[in-house]
Amino acid sequence: MADFGGTDLETFRKEVREWVEGNFPKALKGVPNPMAREERGNAPSADMETWRKAVGAKGWGTPSWPKEYGGGGLSAAEARVVTGEFNRAGAYNPIGGMGVMMFGPTLLEYGTDAQKLEHIPAICRGEIAWCQGFSEPGAGSDLAALSTKAVDKGDHFEIDGSKIWTSGAQWADWCFCLVRTDTAKKHEGISFVLFTMRQPGVEVRPIPLIAGSSPFCETFFTGARAEKKDLVGPLNGGWTIAKRLLQHERSGLTGAGGGLGSGGKSLEQLAKDYVGHDDKGRIADHDLRSRLVANAINMRAFQQTAVRAMLEAKGNASPSSATSIMKNAGTQLIQERHEMALEIMGHQGLGWEGDAFDADELAAVRGWLFGKAFTIFGGSQEVQSNIVSKRILGLPDLTQSK
Amino acid sequence: MAVLTEEQSMLRDAARSWVQEKSPVTAFRKMRDSGVELGYDATAWNEMAEMGWAGVIVPEEYGGSEFGYLSLGLVIEELGRTLTASPLIASGLGAASALILGGSDTQKSEWLPKIAEGTAIATLAVDEGPHHAPEKVALTAQSTRVGYSLNGKKTFVLEGMAANLLVVSARVSGQPGDKAGIALFLVPADTKGVTRQKLSLADSRGAANIAFDNVLVPESAILGSVDGGYALLEKVLDRARAGLSAEMLGAAVQAFEVTLDYLKTRVQFGQVIGSFQALQHRAAKMFTELELSRSAVEAALTAIDNDSPDVPELVSLAKAKMGDTFHLVSNEMVQMHGGIGMTDAHDAGFYLKRARAAEAAFGNQAYHRDRYARIQGY
Ligand SMILES: Cc1cc2nc3c(=O)[nH]c(=O)nc-3n(C[C@H](O)[C@H](O)[C@H](O)COP(=O)(O)OP(=O)(O)OC[C@H]3O[C@@H](n4cnc5c(N)ncnc54)[C@H](O)[C@@H]3O)c2cc1C
Repeated sequence: MADFGGTDLETFRKEVREWVEGNFPKALKGVPNPMAREERGNAPSADMETWRKAVGAKGWGTPSWPKEYGGGGLSAAEARVVTGEFNRAGAYNPIGGMGVMMFGPTLLEYGTDAQKLEHIPAICRGEIAWCQGFSEPGAGSDLAALSTKAVDKGDHFEIDGSKIWTSGAQWADWCFCLVRTDTAKKHEGISFVLFTMRQPGVEVRPIPLIAGSSPFCETFFTGARAEKKDLVGPLNGGWTIAKRLLQHERSGLTGAGGGLGSGGKSLEQLAKDYVGHDDKGRIADHDLRSRLVANAINMRAFQQTAVRAMLEAKGNASPSSATSIMKNAGTQLIQERHEMALEIMGHQGLGWEGDAFDADELAAVRGWLFGKAFTIFGGSQEVQSNIVSKRILGLPDLTQSK
Repeated sequence: MAVLTEEQSMLRDAARSWVQEKSPVTAFRKMRDSGVELGYDATAWNEMAEMGWAGVIVPEEYGGSEFGYLSLGLVIEELGRTLTASPLIASGLGAASALILGGSDTQKSEWLPKIAEGTAIATLAVDEGPHHAPEKVALTAQSTRVGYSLNGKKTFVLEGMAANLLVVSARVSGQPGDKAGIALFLVPADTKGVTRQKLSLADSRGAANIAFDNVLVPESAILGSVDGGYALLEKVLDRARAGLSAEMLGAAVQAFEVTLDYLKTRVQFGQVIGSFQALQHRAAKMFTELELSRSAVEAALTAIDNDSPDVPELVSLAKAKMGDTFHLVSNEMVQMHGGIGMTDAHDAGFYLKRARAAEAAFGNQAYHRDRYARIQGY
């Protein structure tokens, strides 16, 4: 679609605004995105379904994805207008999850036309939930050590083995999965396959987290079936695709989803409320105050870097290796904020459940605990630092990898 | 490690083997899963009391062994290793100190033998808001014809559900924030007008918020002098803080050792992850911090035993230093374990949760850094 100039963009904004007014169920205003919840116990409400279908039909949940596969086909500027208008109306984007965040963009790049036509539209409509079958008990940071194997059975692959830490596997319809198709080679013996989770050879067992919920699972495959047509990229060529997918995952995790569980209140306000302040509004605990400031300054520098990277990357839409810097910087800042939220709440920031604590206090504790995962998943903080020092800084690699 | 007397070595060894045998982390997990209201295992507490641990600081004439604070710290450190939940800090350390330091002969005879036996559980009821602030006492003690009437609330009272006796700081005059006008009262927990609300905490320990509604106590319930409560309270709190720091030391050392083991066994990229220098240096850093913390904790406990004038600064030093170290080690424990460290089935989460609760109790790092600076006059 044409890249609208200033006035056209305003016309487009008007169009989006009217559409949102006409389609967004008023009852959902300000409701947090159900996709962002760790646990998806409850079925979505009728309003939620209406909103998902409306956005899905427009392709505006995935605004910049190509129209022929169900996306919005919008330019980056137009996509920002859509996001802006959703925010303005207090509306969440009902199209999300791993399909949108990491699998879709990867398939758009590496899939065949037939694969895209089969899988992308359902992602754009928010109909299919995907899970990521990468990590295994013996293959975490060293992902290429994975051993779940896929054997060629003519028209399909037969998959045996197990995955671990598979987020959302208990709710997922489909899995994008790394499997070993050649045991003689490490990285060059891995293939990227897709299969339905709704088959007899797949079994999932949720694993409770330190935060109490069970958003991830152990996933077992016994003679599970992946169709030949669902091999993405060449046989034994899955590693390149996996690396690309991880880049998308990391850029998606960059300090995002950093809910503080403080009911939208800024940390600074929270500190004033819980710790008190002097008549000039200065937080009474000076020690805490200087750490809050340090974090706030780094947070601004982080945001400034995000903007700078975006401007510099204009015209080059895919994520660069700079995302590795952003993930570590962003997740560290978020974790610091989680810690400070707890410290600010003091004894009230130690609750597990019960009415001695309000909802924000309990959410802060759960958020703090879950937030510890931010520096582990999507490539741990250490692995990110290795990537920076080796790939970007050119320092030697002494790991017995490869 | 401090140079120990023979008695102290024996006490520590006894604690160490009991903990290994009777109170591994799996015992704590069982207690948590059972959802027991008290927040500790009563049978285990009985065994601890039988071994005399509830009376380590209690004078012999009141049924204790009078071994002192460093000795009690050694026991608490061992218990801390496996996160053993018990009223030892609240009762055998905190409240016992209050009675030893401030109690009349009658008060001591009434309560100390039972505390030393473990049959009575006593605790300090000090804070009223989300943060430790012993001078911000708003709970009032109004003098009546026969004694006092207490009105107000206390928050985050350790072992508040189990306690038989509450050592309550109350305001007899002045405003919240004034150090003058605070008195300590001994209030049996079953006194009319006392109501408790159980707190369900992330670290699964026992604690309660307690409300006082026209709670009538006799004149003889005052611990120490009517107006001298704050000075006494500070001394008591310093003893509790030092002992809690010993618990934190034990827990942090254990968290570190478990992590170190994992670095030596978990293989990625065809080598143990402990071969990566990025992790080696952080392990070395943790070890360094633990050594520094041990010195600080032992110095504080020793100063208490010597009744030395620098107890307040040494205690704040220890609590602040130990808090930072436990904070660091508990975070690293999760991080260095990767995905498995995030699971409830692993112990890392227990240490993480206990760390934050212990950091907050009786003043967090910021509180004690500030107090240290104030004592030093800057
Ligand atoms: C909440 C959560 C959700 C997740 N969701 C998914 C999912 O949906 N799908 C999926 O496939 N996986 C998922 N994961 C798994 C995640 O990707 C792995 O946990 C991660 O890759 C780390 O692997 P590991 O847990 O085996 O830790 P290990 O690799 O064993 O790492 C242990 C420690 O060693 C460090 N380390 C390892 N190698 C090096 C090195 N070379 N240099 C320095 N330090 C090193 C690590 O950084 C870490 O601190 C999830 C994890 C979590 C916590």
